[in-house]
Amino acid sequence: MRIDPHALSVPPPTPTAETLPFWQAARRGELLLQRCADCSRWVFYPRALCPHCWSDRLDWAPASARGTVRSFTVVHKPGHPAWAVAAPYTVAVIDLEEGPRMLSALVGIEPAEARVGLAVRARFVEVGEWTLPFFEPAG
Amino acid sequence: MRAAIVGVGEVPPQRSTEGRTTMSFLADAARRAVADAGIGKDRIDGLLVGPQVGETPQHVPATVAEYLGLQPRMANVVDLGGASGPGMVWRAAAAIAAGMAETVLCVLGNHREPVAPRSPNRNPIREFDVPFGASGANTAYALLKTRHMAEFGTSDRDFAELAALARSNAQTNPTAIWHGRPADVDGILASPWVAEPLHLAEIVMPVAGGDAVIVTSESVAAGLELPHAPVLLTGAGEMVTHRAMSQAPSLTTGPLKPSMAQALAQAGLGIDGIGLLSLYDCYTVMLAITLEDAGLCAPGRFADWMRDHDLAPGGDLPLNPNGGQLGIGQADLAGGLSHVVEAVHQLRGTADGRQARAARSALVTGNGATMSEAVALVLEAS
Repeated sequence: MRIDPHALSVPPPTPTAETLPFWQAARRGELLLQRCADCSRWVFYPRALCPHCWSDRLDWAPASARGTVRSFTVVHKPGHPAWAVAAPYTVAVIDLEEGPRMLSALVGIEPAEARVGLAVRARFVEVGEWTLPFFEPAG
Repeated sequence: MRAAIVGVGEVPPQRSTEGRTTMSFLADAARRAVADAGIGKDRIDGLLVGPQVGETPQHVPATVAEYLGLQPRMANVVDLGGASGPGMVWRAAAAIAAGMAETVLCVLGNHREPVAPRSPNRNPIREFDVPFGASGANTAYALLKTRHMAEFGTSDRDFAELAALARSNAQTNPTAIWHGRPADVDGILASPWVAEPLHLAEIVMPVAGGDAVIVTSESVAAGLELPHAPVLLTGAGEMVTHRAMSQAPSLTTGPLKPSMAQALAQAGLGIDGIGLLSLYDCYTVMLAITLEDAGLCAPGRFADWMRDHDLAPGGDLPLNPNGGQLGIGQADLAGGLSHVVEAVHQLRGTADGRQARAARSALVTGNGATMSEAVALVLEAS
């Protein structure tokens, strides 16, 4: 089954003061990540200090929003009951082009078509009051 | 740092616990361990407990001590998920060596509520996993299995072999939740998908229960009239690498690898010197990766390795002879301590009906969160 994100009524993101710019950018259709001004490495999830070099000079920068599927699972019995309407759906860990990894759900793809190594790009979808970066085949 | 385990207790796992509390399970486990050691409760002067999502989120050591009528000189929470139990044993040894306490009770347990309590706010997982449909451990460990299969070409049947072994070994253990209900590989594979490629029978059954271990110094142990020979802690290792599965450094090897290497080095043993494996098995894939990380076989080759060994209680290298958590059920955090309790029984010869042949040394592991919290112990017969 393909996820119909618009039909979802699921637990929303829980932004903090540190992460709010990420979610605000998602609303604009942009994958905004942090990048360390000292060691140049990209950071996800957002935080107050670079986990690589402990610099506190983290800048926000738009990412390519492209990556590859590191691994995935087709969820038949969701851990949260609100996702049951979407099951079976596909959750994946994405290797972002910039280096960090993030978890998301795959949309625009049948679960049986998911593959490790699949090239994907972000697709921003409104779910309730927030816009979430799901991922779809890069095509 | 060496120490002696002089008593163990395990409350038989059970699915429903109406009318009982988590505190009562902790008390039950503690009472069994003290009776097993043949000591009075007043000898306990150190207490290590786990976090509790439900009844007692804060001041856990004081609450447990008060309930049990103890006044420990050292009390603390060990919060390493499924690695908490083995982590307690090492911390007990360290506290004893530092003079903080002489005899430490390590105890974990839980009752079961009809609807499991949800953890409170758990960012970043709550913020960056849950909104995308990834709640709970099943999704995380399914990601491990997919990657293992893609990287090494391992098959669904390979992983099912591990679950079938657990079910088979559990038939030697009347307290196991799957006792009387063995399953072969086809039976495992016939169980429904939970998070594909994970089948239901590759996942531990949640149960209520409790486990307790009493740790003291070798010199104190030598002065006690113990009903059972003490089992010695001769090596330990620990590592914590991440929290959310998306942040794991690797999906095919984990922090148990350096932890086990350190534990074996401290004990002065190679993996070939280990006679018993008591390895944390929340999911088949976790057990597979642990076998590979232990150096028992090359990465990706656990199934070949299994075919070369008899892993039953009477075999050449018993693996979780009591059935492990895949066989007995997972009593929440106590599940991690159950691997210590089983190793102690095997090493001192009190594993009724499932006694391994003359094992003198055991490798014990604990694993918490998303293959992120790891503790390994080497235990040896005295």
